[in-house]
Amino acid sequence: MAENEERLRRTMMFVPGNNPAMVKDAGIYGADSIMFDLEDSVSLPEKDAARLLVYEALQTQDYGTAEMVVRVNGQDTPFYDNDVKAMVKAGIDVIRLPKAESPEMVQKLDADIAAAEKEFGREAGSTHLMAAIESAKGVLRAADIAAASDRMIGIALSAEDYTTDMKTHRYPDGRELEFARNMVLHAARAAGVAAFDTVFTNMDDTEGFYRETEYIHQLGFDGKSLVNPRQIPMVNKVYEPTEAEIKNARNVINAIQEAKLKGSGVISMNGQMVDRPVVLRAQRVMKLAKASNLVDEEGNYLEK
Amino acid sequence: MKSKVNRELPDDLMQKLDYKPFETTEIGHPEIQRVAPKVHVSTGDDKIVDSIKQVVADTVKDGMTISFHHHFRNGDFVFNQVMRVIIDAGIKNLTLAPSSLTGVMNDMVIEAIKAGTITNITSSGMRGSLGDFVSHGGLKNPVIFRSHGNRARAIEHGDIKIDVAFLGVPSADRLGNANGMEGNAVFGSLGYALMDAQYADQVVLLTDNIVDYPNTPASIKQTQVDYVVKVDKVGDPDKIGSGATRFTKDPKELKIASMVNDVITHSPYFKDGFSFQTGSGGAALAVTRYLRQSMIDNQITASFALGGITKPTTDLLNEGLVKKVMDVQDFDKGAADSMHTNGNQQEIDASWYADPDNKGAMVDQLDVVILSALEIDTKFNVNVMTGSDGVIRGAIGGHQDAATGKLTIISAPLVRGRIATVVPDVTTVVTPGDSVDVLVTEFGIAINPKRTDLIAVLSNIPGLPVYKIEDLQKMAEKRVGTPKPLEFTDRTVALIEYRDGTVIDTVKEVKD
Repeated sequence: MAENEERLRRTMMFVPGNNPAMVKDAGIYGADSIMFDLEDSVSLPEKDAARLLVYEALQTQDYGTAEMVVRVNGQDTPFYDNDVKAMVKAGIDVIRLPKAESPEMVQKLDADIAAAEKEFGREAGSTHLMAAIESAKGVLRAADIAAASDRMIGIALSAEDYTTDMKTHRYPDGRELEFARNMVLHAARAAGVAAFDTVFTNMDDTEGFYRETEYIHQLGFDGKSLVNPRQIPMVNKVYEPTEAEIKNARNVINAIQEAKLKGSGVISMNGQMVDRPVVLRAQRVMKLAKASNLVDEEGNYLEK
Repeated sequence: MKSKVNRELPDDLMQKLDYKPFETTEIGHPEIQRVAPKVHVSTGDDKIVDSIKQVVADTVKDGMTISFHHHFRNGDFVFNQVMRVIIDAGIKNLTLAPSSLTGVMNDMVIEAIKAGTITNITSSGMRGSLGDFVSHGGLKNPVIFRSHGNRARAIEHGDIKIDVAFLGVPSADRLGNANGMEGNAVFGSLGYALMDAQYADQVVLLTDNIVDYPNTPASIKQTQVDYVVKVDKVGDPDKIGSGATRFTKDPKELKIASMVNDVITHSPYFKDGFSFQTGSGGAALAVTRYLRQSMIDNQITASFALGGITKPTTDLLNEGLVKKVMDVQDFDKGAADSMHTNGNQQEIDASWYADPDNKGAMVDQLDVVILSALEIDTKFNVNVMTGSDGVIRGAIGGHQDAATGKLTIISAPLVRGRIATVVPDVTTVVTPGDSVDVLVTEFGIAINPKRTDLIAVLSNIPGLPVYKIEDLQKMAEKRVGTPKPLEFTDRTVALIEYRDGTVIDTVKEVKD
């Protein structure tokens, strides 16, 4: 498990790796993670050009604090090796493995990354990875996949391929994904990594997008993969904590500080002991509140 | 000599044309003598003429100044019909003084220049093949570019003395009472043409729709009109406007628009009774949508919206969020039609809209204005005239005029493709940085350091990063690199007037 567990990953924005304008502008929308795609959105004749473009962009463009992810081509393709090498050399934060079906696939990527880190003089272990679950096999082995590497930061459900594999397709209510979503989510939580929900492609169905995002937020996903930057503020809105949640979290944080000052190992609030899950939740609420511009630097709630 | 924005101006031309260099955006309180047109007295029964040829023969002589309006935009059928006849008549040395030139006129203007028919041009702008032609030295005398307000000023001063105005209208009666609202090719407000109708020595209306006398409402009046010419078609209604105005789905434009809205709503001007002008670009239309929601959320209404009008603005009028629309031109059919049906949409002429030498123009009352830019530099000077290749491809429009508003926002992407918008020095200064307050890009905003009041209120808005404009310029350069400097010859192909009639910058012939 990678060390930056606490990172917010509400939004992972897909950017076709062969589109210079979109690659150039990817940083302006405030996505928590930006995922350049070398795989499905890039046609065969453009594979090399896209790899080169993303490599150069990572060297020259400023993407601020966003986590930089690249989806490489699958291990069964002739592009995989060069993709991994180029992206490690470029200093990518995370390499995303498509169509993960076994822990061995993850371990192979881990080894390939390690070799590339050595080859290009990058710090060993500095390149993280994540896996996309896109099939029945992958779903059933999600727990092993999620726990297969120390570099793992999260697993993502990719519903287009998965529903095809399941001999169905996507429905507006998403019931066909219930099992997969829960498997992926549980695998991620058990392994202590992030869980990303699948994309929602109908840009005209704002209501449907909110419904699905609220649902996966309720389940406990870290966030959602996105195909259009216009979806970023919508996801962030769903993940915004309420005023009551923020004020409560602030009280918990204050209680922790008070306990620290007193040198007390026991944190109490309103005469009640505060246990670890409450502390963790409070910390996450404050992080979300900050990211949503709902609190000032000191954590005070800002009236809208 | 130099203008106050540090642009070298050619002494010989300045002297020859009796120009002063631009000094200040302050107009002050000078006393102005206006001119009046010649009147060819008529009892008014014989205004209808059969052919353009006949009216040209009766009115246009060598060396005259002729004018047109551009309200038909790219659906204009009038300009080319009239110019064809003038060229064929062998008339020479004319000054062409339209409110602006649209793409559909380009080929005819080039032909007229080559034939010696047109030897001088003053316009709001030009684009495409004509801009290219002029930038490559195709016209001997420099073009004079004037804003819409400045054109009104120049006409009132006599700097532009129009001998014959050819004005296309979608409806007129036999004596010349006319409006832009009824007929086939409607465009709504006749704002720019009203100046020509009032000040030209001879006014020729062209229409495909002669209606019963008297035609009301009359924007142009029979007291101003000498001839009414019946033609087959004055314009193509499908090409006049942008049709049904669609909101942009471009995420970058939406992002800029939402930041523009943040700037407006956090400024001290966003209060009940405020006024605004938004223009017609994709981002400007999106701003109108965001602004609408903010007005509803904060229970704020605007006293007026000004300038070139689009349907999203007339929708606000119909919703009661805007009390009056002060309309100098309409960019789409929705706005044009609304003028007909909504009494609170007032047609205004270019002088009322933006003339600086006035007893008060509407732009002086303007709180918030959103303008675009081809380039903006670290002095906040804006170029809306020349492209990254140095070639003329724009128009001043109301840019200089509206920029006198209390909060002038330039909305522009940091870079377009591989071309920086925020640059160390703009190629051509059209609007001086002194009248620009805030630049909004997709990366963040920059506030003119002279506006310490705005820096105070806009600096801590969540999700709205504030940069120094020098830093935005560096960010742009880092992204697209440093371009090779453009190369020009010494020859001046155009003068850019400031709205007060001084010269702010010139355009040189490009070296290929």
